[in-house]
Amino acid sequence: MSPMARTAPVPAATDPAIIRNFCIIAHIDHGKSTLADRMLQLTGVVQQRDMKAQYLDRMDIERERGITIKSQAVRIPWEVDGTAYCLNMIDTPGHVDFTYEVSRSLAACEGAILLVDAAQGIEAQTLANLYLAMENNLTIIPVLNKIDLPAAQPEKYAAELANLIGGKPEDVLMVSGKTGVGVEELLDQIVRELPAPKGDPNAPARAMIFDSVYDTYRGVVTYVRVVDGKLSPREKIQMMSTRATHELLEIGVSSPEPTPSKGLGVGEVGYLITGVKDVRQSKVGDTVTSLHKPATESLGGYQDPKPMVFSGLYPLDGTDYPVLRDALEKFTLNDAALVYEPETSAALGFGFRVGFLGLLHLEITRERLEREYNLDLISTAPNVEYEVTLEDKKVLQVTNPSEYPSGKIAEVREPMVSATILAPNEFVGAIMELCQSRRGILGGMDYLSEDRVEIRYRLPLAEIVFDFFDILKSKTRGYGSLDWKADGDQVADLVKVDILLQGEQVDAFSAITHRDKAYAYGVMMTGKLRELIPRQQFEVPIQAAIGARIIARESIRAIRKDVLAKCYGGDITRKRKLLEKQKEGKKRMKMVGRVEVPQEAFIAALSSDESSKDKSKK
Amino acid sequence: MPSALPLGDPAPADGVLPAQAAEGASSRKFSLYAHIPFCAVRCGYCDFNTYTATELGGGASQAAYAATAAHEVAFAARALEASGVPARPMDTVFFGGGTPTLLPAGDLTSILAAAVEQWGLADGAEVTTEANPDSVTRDSLQELADGGFTRVSFGMQSAVPHVLKVLDRTHEPARVPQAIEWAREAGLKVSVDLIYGTPGESEADWETSVRTALGYEPDHISAYALIIEEGTKLAGQIRRGLVPPIDDDDHATKYMLADELITAAGLGWYEVSNWARTPEDACQHNLAYWRGDDWWGIGPGAHSHVGGVRWWNVKHPTAYAQRLDRGESPAAGRETLDAQTREVERIMLTARLAEGIEVASLPPAGRSAVAGLIAQELVDVRLAFAGRLVLTLKGRLLADAVVRQLLAD
Repeated sequence: MSPMARTAPVPAATDPAIIRNFCIIAHIDHGKSTLADRMLQLTGVVQQRDMKAQYLDRMDIERERGITIKSQAVRIPWEVDGTAYCLNMIDTPGHVDFTYEVSRSLAACEGAILLVDAAQGIEAQTLANLYLAMENNLTIIPVLNKIDLPAAQPEKYAAELANLIGGKPEDVLMVSGKTGVGVEELLDQIVRELPAPKGDPNAPARAMIFDSVYDTYRGVVTYVRVVDGKLSPREKIQMMSTRATHELLEIGVSSPEPTPSKGLGVGEVGYLITGVKDVRQSKVGDTVTSLHKPATESLGGYQDPKPMVFSGLYPLDGTDYPVLRDALEKFTLNDAALVYEPETSAALGFGFRVGFLGLLHLEITRERLEREYNLDLISTAPNVEYEVTLEDKKVLQVTNPSEYPSGKIAEVREPMVSATILAPNEFVGAIMELCQSRRGILGGMDYLSEDRVEIRYRLPLAEIVFDFFDILKSKTRGYGSLDWKADGDQVADLVKVDILLQGEQVDAFSAITHRDKAYAYGVMMTGKLRELIPRQQFEVPIQAAIGARIIARESIRAIRKDVLAKCYGGDITRKRKLLEKQKEGKKRMKMVGRVEVPQEAFIAALSSDESSKDKSKK
Repeated sequence: MPSALPLGDPAPADGVLPAQAAEGASSRKFSLYAHIPFCAVRCGYCDFNTYTATELGGGASQAAYAATAAHEVAFAARALEASGVPARPMDTVFFGGGTPTLLPAGDLTSILAAAVEQWGLADGAEVTTEANPDSVTRDSLQELADGGFTRVSFGMQSAVPHVLKVLDRTHEPARVPQAIEWAREAGLKVSVDLIYGTPGESEADWETSVRTALGYEPDHISAYALIIEEGTKLAGQIRRGLVPPIDDDDHATKYMLADELITAAGLGWYEVSNWARTPEDACQHNLAYWRGDDWWGIGPGAHSHVGGVRWWNVKHPTAYAQRLDRGESPAAGRETLDAQTREVERIMLTARLAEGIEVASLPPAGRSAVAGLIAQELVDVRLAFAGRLVLTLKGRLLADAVVRQLLAD
C-alpha cells in the first residue's frame, strides 16, 4: 500500500518524468465525482473536515443534478516506491452537449480512467468519449465502480470493458468510491501505467487551454496544460488564435484551492489569471505562448463552439426583460457557447433567441436563469438552424420559424447528426421504430456483449431536439443511452406550419417540420390548445395551416355560463374577492386578437411533457 | 353561508363600528338575518356553517340557542346605538340555516320577538323562514304565522327521488305539497327553492322538478345551480370518480329551461336566480343584499353590513356563545369599504337585478363597455338606449363576465 506523499513536488520545478496527467471518463451517476472526492481525501489534498460531497462540482445545480458541466484540474501528490509523483486530475464534463470541451480535456492528458458503474455497464456517451480518448492515443485504465452495490455484476461488465478496449477482464480494476475500496490501487496504477508527459523545456512556450471560467472577483480563470517551455508570473502572453496579448497577473495550481506558483513547466497543469472579463478572450482549445519568445505553430485542434439548438426565451412578466438581458450578458462571460440576440414575438412580447450546444445546455441555462435571477421564463419549442436558398439564389439562415420565408424557396438544408444508442438487445425493435419514425437512416449495429447493443443512426438534428431522448428512455425502460455529434446537413422537404386562433397567426406556435409530419404537428397542437385555452364568449376556431392551406382544425365552443348563482347568505366580501381574483387572472392573459390566452397555455403547449403533467393534475 | 370566513381587519370587542357606518343611515333600510346553525343531517353538497344535533353543547346547544341569539340582538342594539346609527324598524327579517325549523316554532318566534322589541317592524315588513318540508307541521306553521312570520321558503331542491338522494335530502317528495298547503292555510306566502345540475340529473328530471314546483303555484321560486364546494362529501365523491363532475353547459341548458317554464307560468325574474309572481312577491330581504342596504346578521358565521362596513361572526357556535356570554362582540373580522370598493360592489350586485343599473351612474370605463355588451347581446338593447342596463337571458348566464367588463381597468 502506498503512503501519502511526504513531500509534494513543487510546481515549476517538477521533472516531467514524475508527472501523470489523467482524466476520468464516466457517465452521469456512475460515481465520477465521488471517486474524485475519495482521491482528494486519500492523498491528503482535502482534509476530512473540509470534505463536502462532490468537491469539484462548484455550481449548486451541478451538485443537485449530479453532473459536471464545467471541468477543473486538481494537482495531487502520490508516492509510489519511495518516489513522490505529481498527479493532475482533469475533470471532464459528462454530457453529450459538451463533446468539444471533453475533447480538449482529453487532449491535455496522457491517460484516462474509464469509469463504469458495475451495476449498469457502459453508456453511449461514455463509449463516445472512450472512442475519443482512444483516437487521442490515451492510455486507458478500465475501472468498475460501485462494486459494493448488491446489483453489481462485475464479471459481466469487466468482460464488456475488456472487449471494448482490448485486454483481459481480470485487468479491470474494481473500486468503490463510496467505501474507498480499490482507490489506492487505482492511484498506484495511474503512476505505473500512464506515460509521463513529453515536451521540450527549451522550446518557445506552448500551453493548451482546456477550460476557462469566469469568477466574479478574479475575472477569467484559464486552465492550461503546458506542452513545451515554461510560463512565469508577470510575463506577457499571447493567444495564438487571436494574437491578443495579456499579462500573467497570477499563475498557479489547484490543490484543490488555487495556489499561486513560480510558474508552470513542461507537462504541468494549472491556471492563469490575466484580468480579462470574458471567457471569449480565453477560448477553450486555443494555444497560449510567450510574447517575447512566441511559438510559430499552435497546438491545433481549436474550433469555435457552434450552437446547434435554438429557443426563444421570454420573461413571463414583461417588466423582467431587462433582468433577463443582464442575466444573459453575465452568463456569456462564463459560457463561450451561449449566443443570443433580441427578438420580438407578437404573442410573447420581448425576449431573446438563444443558441445552445444541445438540449441539456438549454435546460441547464434556463434553470439557472430562473433560479439565480428569480425569473419566470417561457421557452419556445427548440429548433435547429436551417439554410434556406430562395429561387433568386439568396441564402438565409433561419433559427426561428417566424423568419421562415413564404414561397419562392429553391432548397432547404437541415443539420444532421450521427447518433449512437446503447441499450439491452430486447429494445432493438422499439429503438429502430423510434429512429425510423424520426427519418433516421440506420448506419450499423454491433453487440457490445451478449445482451447489449450499439445502434448507429444518421438523423436530422431537428428530430432529436424536442422529445426524442425522453421517448427513448421510456421505450427502453430507462436503459437506453444516447450520444450524438454533428454530421453535416441534407436537403429536406420542409414546411412551416402556422397555428391560427380565430384566423390570427400565433407566432410562438409556428413550427418547421417535414412535410410528412406537418399534419401530425397540426393535429397535436390544435388539440393541445383546445384543451388549454379557456372558453370565450364566442366560438374560437383553432387552425393549423401551411401557407393558406388549412391542414387541421379544432374549435373551442363559446362559454355559456359564467355566473355564480348564489350570494352566500350575505357574504358579499367573498363574492367581491372572487371578482378581484378573476380580474387579476385576466391580467395574466395574453390577447391574441380578441382571444384571451393564459400564459400557462403557452408554457404547457410548448413543453413536451404537457400530456403527462395534465394527467397527473386530474 | 360557506364555512371559510374572509380575511379582514380585527373587530373590536365592543362591536362599535367605524364612523362611516352611521353616515346617511336614516335614509337606508334596515334588515335582520338570523342564522340557525342546526341540521338533522348534513347534506352532501352543503358547506354552510351548520351542525347536527349531537355535535354541540352548552350555550351552543339547540335548546339554549334562542336565548343566545336573543343576547346578540341586545348586543346589536347597544353596538349600533354606540356607533351613532339610529334605530330603524326592520324592513325585512330572514331566518336561514342550517334548518331553522329544526328549532321549535316558539324558539323562532321568541328570537323574532326580541328583535321586534328592540327595533320594531316596518309596515308590511317581510318575515321569512327557510324550512325543510319534513321539519314543519300544520301547527308549527300556524305558530310561526301567529308569531309574526309572513313567508316561508321551502327547500324542495328536486321532485326526483334519485336526485334528492345524491343531495342527501331526506324528505319525501309528497311531503312538499302538504307543507305548502299548511303554510297557505296559516296565511304565509310560499317560496320554493330548487337546485339544478346535480350529478345524474337529466334534463327531463329537471323539467319534472320545475313543473312539479310550478304545480304548487308558489308565490316565488329560487333556482340555484349546484356548486361543488371544496371539502364537501360531494366534492370528494366527484374527485374519486364515484359521481360525475358538474358541467356548465348542462347548467346553462337547465337555467334556460327553468326560465322558459317559470316565465310561462306567469312569474317574472327579478334577480339572476329568483322569480316572483308579482313585484310584491319578490324576496325583499334578498333584494336588500343586492341593493346594499343595512342588515345585522346574528348567529355564528353570520355576515352583516352597515353603511359600507362589513363584518362576520366567529364560525363555531360554542365560540360564538362564549363571546356573547362575556358581553363581547362575536365578530371574527370586518372590513371598511372605501368609496371605490363600494362602487365596485354596487355594480357587481345590482347588475344581477332586473331593475338593472343606470348607465349614467357607471364610471367612464363602464359606460364605454356598454356598446360592446349590446353587441354581444348581453344587455337589453332597448332598455340600454333608454339609459338602463338590464341583462338579457344570455347576459344573466354570463353575469360575472358582464360585471368584469363594466369594471375593466
